[in-house]
Amino acid sequence: MAPEKAVVLLDERVSPFGQRVRIALAEKGVEHEYQEEDLANKSPLLLKSNPVYKKIPVLIHDGKPICESLIIVQYIDEVWVRGSPLLPSNPYERANARFWADFVDKKIYDSGARMLKYTGQAHEEAKEEFIESLKLLEGELQDETYFGGENFGLVDIAFVPFTTWFYTFEVYGNFSIEKECPKLVAWGKRCMERESVSKSLQDPHVVYELLAYLLKKKYGKV
Amino acid sequence: MADKVILLSSWVSAFGLRVQIALAEKEVDYEFREENLFDKSPLLLELNPVHKKIPVLIHNGKPVCESSVIIQYIDEVWTNGPSLLPQDPLQRANARFWADFVDKMIYQCGSRVWKNKGDAQAAAKKELIGILKQLEGELGEKPFFGGETLGYVDIVLVPFSSWFYTYETFGGFSIEKECPKLLAWVRRCNERESVSKVLPDRHKVYERTCGLKKRLGLE
Repeated sequence: MAPEKAVVLLDERVSPFGQRVRIALAEKGVEHEYQEEDLANKSPLLLKSNPVYKKIPVLIHDGKPICESLIIVQYIDEVWVRGSPLLPSNPYERANARFWADFVDKKIYDSGARMLKYTGQAHEEAKEEFIESLKLLEGELQDETYFGGENFGLVDIAFVPFTTWFYTFEVYGNFSIEKECPKLVAWGKRCMERESVSKSLQDPHVVYELLAYLLKKKYGKV
Repeated sequence: MADKVILLSSWVSAFGLRVQIALAEKEVDYEFREENLFDKSPLLLELNPVHKKIPVLIHNGKPVCESSVIIQYIDEVWTNGPSLLPQDPLQRANARFWADFVDKMIYQCGSRVWKNKGDAQAAAKKELIGILKQLEGELGEKPFFGGETLGYVDIVLVPFSSWFYTYETFGGFSIEKECPKLLAWVRRCNERESVSKVLPDRHKVYERTCGLKKRLGLE
């Protein structure tokens, strides 16, 4: 059997977007070299591999870079066809998975970040939007094991890193996610039973310390 | 049983126009329903409760939302004719990357060109030229972003060409001068009926934008 071509992941340990890729690689059992990036001092390899955005994560497969976390996850699914597929085989269900993965980025991450950054009216509006978005996502999950039904898939991978941000969201938003969306919290715990997830994600209190530091440094937020 | 396909969209939505081009490329018969974006239909609100936006493709009663998701769906369901996305996973990832780039960059930057004045407009104009030059760089010497034939990135980008005149007129610059290869690519795309029959006249788009600016109190 021909040796697998080299896989390198340029990443940053606490990035939820990078964590998505790590989870996908682990799910597929893909051996890879992990390169931690200092985002204040980006490597020439990162700048060359992602000249458009200069961001992590970047997957480099046989010397060719793939950028943008959800695009990378789909690439991993299409190249390493062993194990359970990360996207459904039915086109309609596949479109639905892509829709909700995109929703995580457009609505949940966006409103969550604004809620953390801002104060006053802007904070309240972002918080309302954030909770509403979480509820919509919970509505999509319903009583399934995963967003992929029985199969852990794209939407689960897209959202699960943000479960380690729940504690931070709760402190800054002064509300309980478990109270608002108990099914999402239960789903998060189920995902953590998967080694690919538990080994890739950070402890919520570590996330809180880091985000608190960044929010103070960048936005003067206490 | 024949497929029943309905598209909820608007003649002036670049995101909807993409879907129309994709459907035409696949020779799919569909019913087009024009939505009034200031008075959305109950059907639209019911079928896209999350974003309440067009386009929405309704295939045999089931809705598909978000234009890039819709185009990939069309490509996977109607497998007649050439694929809109490349077969090779790396090329497919690259196509998705550039389509996502178009989505992230052009609409919001272009909007800032016609909505703003003074320094804000100048900054938006500079940014837009930079974005178009990056796309021109990706196109290179290829006839289309998809290579020899029209593909996913071409379909996602080309509707914005109907807005070029609007950006140029408000911004006071020439896209042809800044990005001649991109304009040549626009002309090549328009040689295809799937594109030329769908894209709105640039003057109509400009007039509509002027009206919208007035309505938004941005004059």
